[in-house]
Amino acid sequence: MKYVIIGNSTAAVGAIEGIRKIDSAGEIIVISKESYHVYSRPLISYLLYGKTDEERMKYRKDNFYKAMNCKTILGKKAVKIHHASKVVELDDNTHINYDKLLIATGSEPFIPPMEGLENVKQKFTFMSLDDAKNLEKALSPDSKVLIIGAGLIGLKCAEGIRKRVNNITVVDLADRILSSILDQEGANVVQSHLEKENINFILNTSVTKFLNNKALLSNGEEIDFDVLVLAVGVRPNVDLIKEINGKVNRGIVVDEFCQTSLFDIYAAGDCCESYDITTNQNRVLALLPNAYMMGECAGINMAGGEKTYDKAIPMNSIGFFGLHMVTAGNYDGEVYTQNEFGQYKKLFVKDGLLKGYIIVGNIEKAGIYTSLIRERTPLSDIDFELICSKPSLMAFSKIERKKKLGGAVHGY
Amino acid sequence: MKRVYVNEEWCLGCHLCEYYCAFANSNEKDMAKALKNVIIHPRIQLEEGDNINFAVSCRHCDDPLCVKGCITGALSINDGVITADTNKCIGCYTCILCCPYGAISPGEHGVIQKCELCTTNIKGSPHCVVGCPNSAIVFEER
Repeated sequence: MKYVIIGNSTAAVGAIEGIRKIDSAGEIIVISKESYHVYSRPLISYLLYGKTDEERMKYRKDNFYKAMNCKTILGKKAVKIHHASKVVELDDNTHINYDKLLIATGSEPFIPPMEGLENVKQKFTFMSLDDAKNLEKALSPDSKVLIIGAGLIGLKCAEGIRKRVNNITVVDLADRILSSILDQEGANVVQSHLEKENINFILNTSVTKFLNNKALLSNGEEIDFDVLVLAVGVRPNVDLIKEINGKVNRGIVVDEFCQTSLFDIYAAGDCCESYDITTNQNRVLALLPNAYMMGECAGINMAGGEKTYDKAIPMNSIGFFGLHMVTAGNYDGEVYTQNEFGQYKKLFVKDGLLKGYIIVGNIEKAGIYTSLIRERTPLSDIDFELICSKPSLMAFSKIERKKKLGGAVHGY
Repeated sequence: MKRVYVNEEWCLGCHLCEYYCAFANSNEKDMAKALKNVIIHPRIQLEEGDNINFAVSCRHCDDPLCVKGCITGALSINDGVITADTNKCIGCYTCILCCPYGAISPGEHGVIQKCELCTTNIKGSPHCVVGCPNSAIVFEER
């Protein structure tokens, strides 16, 4: 069996490890346009912050490909899939045949059209290791940095460069920061924490025009800057599948086995949509744990095993300057709040199930909440009042607790 | 594989397992020296109720969500024991978000900590078991 994987990040690693659980002999080829050993992309902000380095950013050990008996083709881009003949074409015109193919192409920064952007000299995106290195070179203590986008990427970038520059302004069209994971109240808590670190925010506002080193904003303000970071959002890389008429919505559509609509082609990670069990809808969940689990599921199925991935939920754990927050699920439903001192917490309940939660501050044991969402545990089966006040296994019945704690745990 | 199990019928809620855990992971030889005037951050933690108590530590799942979710690759399975490379960990706490047991916690120096069955400290085998006065905590194959 010959497996070809396009992409060399989290989903690819999940797939390699998944394949090797079933098939220790088959040939695995990993193709990536990036030349690096597999590294963790979310760590680029920690690299600039000084909390990690390129060596420690490696997502798996140096001997990973060798130990997994994988061949890598790095620095080359897959440009076309010849589906009928089961061949991948690379940008140097080489052709690689496959028996099973995995698309793990991830996503790329989305840059909306903005007038005058082409004349901005120092502009960057913030997704890859090369992005971080390029941004780092452009920074000096006197730099005035303008970040467009107050989401996870934009704010992680702000934190990462905070010690290197004195002037950071973040502009976002949304009415709050981190609008994909926080409600207004939670966002206010985090925003004031970031403002204490001298990060300035201009919300409900977009850039109408760039004039070289000046941004004209929709609220009439003008901002001078030296360095521009574009962190508006990301877009799944779906082209390889789209152009051979595989099913694509916002991301590549896959079934619970992570197979695309095309035979012998699987897809996993940020390039795909997942079925979000908290909203009962397909959506792109560009999250690292999701990418690993999809990749692993795809790998096991490609190798002839059987695995389903049917518990996808949005979930994030992130911190800024020592303030941590964890969030999961969706925020539609009845709200339960029981804050400890110094903690902001909301639980969202609908149809007798925990559907989502937000915690800012003390995040200990939050995974117990996450598992209530993932396992769709009826809240009538547990001591909901107790678990509202703090996540604990005490809230479960004695029998359920015995199941959880009394034996070997084989799966989830 | 041998794991740590707590029999909640026998657990007195005395917290001694937590102190033995903190002692083991301090890598000090003297318990008084290790714990005197120290606020402990044990990797096994007691849950206390009206009539029932039990301690919870890592289950060392065969198919662990924390390892799959770890954004750095710091968590891995070594001979069945889930261990954390604190040199790689950057303290994002995604593992805490993922763990259904609440068994991973923020540790010192902005990284996480978890039970490694005392395989990575000077004790070599689970010290919470040694410290339990009522034999409620056992280390065995099930």
